[in-house]
Amino acid sequence: MTPVFKDHEGDRGAQTKWWASRIAIYGALILWAVICLFPIYWTLTTSFKLAPDVMRGNMVPWYDYTPRWKGWESLGLSPRLIGEVSTVREEFLKRFWNSTIIATSASLLAVILGSLAAYGLSRFNYRFGFMRNSDISFFFLSQMILPPVVLALPFLVLYRSLDLLDSQIGLILLYTLMVLPIVIWIMRDQFQGIPVELEEAALVDGLGIWGAFLQIVLPIALPGMVAAFILSLVLCWNEYFFAALLSSTNATTLPVMVASQTGSQGINWWSMAALSSAAILPLIVVAIFLEKYIIKGMAAGAVK
Amino acid sequence: MTTEGDLLHTVTADDISETRKRMGKLMVWGAAALCVALAVWQFAHETGRIDAGFSNWRPVLYAYMLWATALCAAQVMVRGEAGKRTLFVLPAALFVISLVVFPLLFALYISFTDWNLASVNGPQPNGWDNVVQMWNDQFYWNALKNMVYYVLAVSVEYVIAFGLALLLNAQIRARKFFRVVFLLPLMLSPVAVSWMIGKSMLEVRFGPISRVVRELGFEPSFFGSPEIARFMIMAMDAWTFIPFMMIMLLAGLQALPREVIEASKVDGATGWQSFREVIFPLMLPVSLTAIVIRIIFKLKLADIIINVTSGGPGGATDSVTSFIFREYRDRSNVGYGTLLAMVYLVLIIIFVTLLLKLVSRWMERPA
Repeated sequence: MTPVFKDHEGDRGAQTKWWASRIAIYGALILWAVICLFPIYWTLTTSFKLAPDVMRGNMVPWYDYTPRWKGWESLGLSPRLIGEVSTVREEFLKRFWNSTIIATSASLLAVILGSLAAYGLSRFNYRFGFMRNSDISFFFLSQMILPPVVLALPFLVLYRSLDLLDSQIGLILLYTLMVLPIVIWIMRDQFQGIPVELEEAALVDGLGIWGAFLQIVLPIALPGMVAAFILSLVLCWNEYFFAALLSSTNATTLPVMVASQTGSQGINWWSMAALSSAAILPLIVVAIFLEKYIIKGMAAGAVK
Repeated sequence: MTTEGDLLHTVTADDISETRKRMGKLMVWGAAALCVALAVWQFAHETGRIDAGFSNWRPVLYAYMLWATALCAAQVMVRGEAGKRTLFVLPAALFVISLVVFPLLFALYISFTDWNLASVNGPQPNGWDNVVQMWNDQFYWNALKNMVYYVLAVSVEYVIAFGLALLLNAQIRARKFFRVVFLLPLMLSPVAVSWMIGKSMLEVRFGPISRVVRELGFEPSFFGSPEIARFMIMAMDAWTFIPFMMIMLLAGLQALPREVIEASKVDGATGWQSFREVIFPLMLPVSLTAIVIRIIFKLKLADIIINVTSGGPGGATDSVTSFIFREYRDRSNVGYGTLLAMVYLVLIIIFVTLLLKLVSRWMERPA
């Protein structure tokens, strides 16, 4: 590009203005990126520090302190201990496994129930008593405003008499309930975007409505379902309130474990940092690789 | 969307025999009878009228699930093709109704009892005592007042989120990198955040932020005074949830018609003018949706407070949820706690309904 038209006085002014706006934009972007990344960086690096490193405020590994495995050893997850039997690691893995099972099954259940309901609501007219389609949709979506604290205590008593307290099933049911409105919201948007003519063609070719739904519509709506699934997964993985109230030993999830460590024994920096890192890493990986779906899911309801 | 008639028309000739219909109805009522019978039996067992019984209510739950399945199956048996249509919505509806409506009714009952899990008597109805106690409970009103502050903080979050969305929508390099980085805080669990930031970075002696504050010549104390503590909680919550609003707003910005903005440029609008006169009004619906959803999430704020300050100093950072959480955890006051929660629910419903009314009126007005 030869600056043929950029030699006038006025143009030069425009050029500096352009550069100024570039610098402002990138400056703001980098500033916010630092704000977002620093706590994560701090946690990850602290998990490799010893007490004196924390106290001296050393920040950069290998430059002002040597990384050690002390923090991860307290979880039984260091190269030295990985071959040996470790009760701490068993404990940690049990929580991790609980979190995984509960979050995935709740999200899966919510996506199945939610997709069916959203499809029905976007294609057919229902009349349950006085309730029409819009009322039913509103009924589902209004569950979103239900604060968890209202349900927590009744569920505590209910689960106690059902012997579901401190069980994975109990938490799965509650989490499904919690994310169902969001799933319905996303999926309704998805199904409304799929032309009805596709199903009509399928019906003409001899499929039933369920056949058309399963064989024609589902494959098209799959990206949306993945988006809803991942968003639910994030919410369920991070849930603390119900887990803290309704589980004690068997079904406790990672957030409860993290929270219970902070209260006791003063703060044991390296082990807490290692535990927090281990709790957040799976979702950071999810965010990096599946960012497209998360954004798609959240954008679904915003733009009509 | 039209409301009259199905969007997807199906023409079917159902030929359902009388026996099939009768079978379907029999299934539903049989399962219902079984469920009710089991419930009555178990209730009699618990109150000590019958000796034989189960150790818990699990069998009643199974019977209920059997009834729910029978109801779904009977839809197809009795109503044929129309039943198959109902089958799309029915499972989700049954699920939500059984998990929300029953517990809510139950909550209504226990909120008028003096139930304390530590007491041996079990729940005893105590009329309006809980309401009177609530009326005189300074800490509850204080928590409600804090919720007002927390909700107002959404406006600041909105401004920051809008700014970030505009930045991401600008002509920049490495857009995907920045988008992922900006999204990361939303992925972190509030509990982990409360350790990472609240307990470690804001730690008074060694935390990096305390160090910076000390360098600047102040004595760091983040959770000592009520105002600063509240601000810190808001900041941490904002840090996690700003990406959420940002993504919604970004989606809105990307869906804007490009011609309109270009036309405003041709007409000689400066950057600020085209933002104020064109982009912002066009973004109003998306903005309102994002704000309403954010407020709904904000009303559930608890995890960070429970883990960082547990309401202190002097209840200055308490949200309603964290207050009731402690009411249960520390005092096992199920009856009173539930009443507080129910009152909160009523307040929320009123507030959100008003908000939605206001928003819909605002949206109708030509911007």
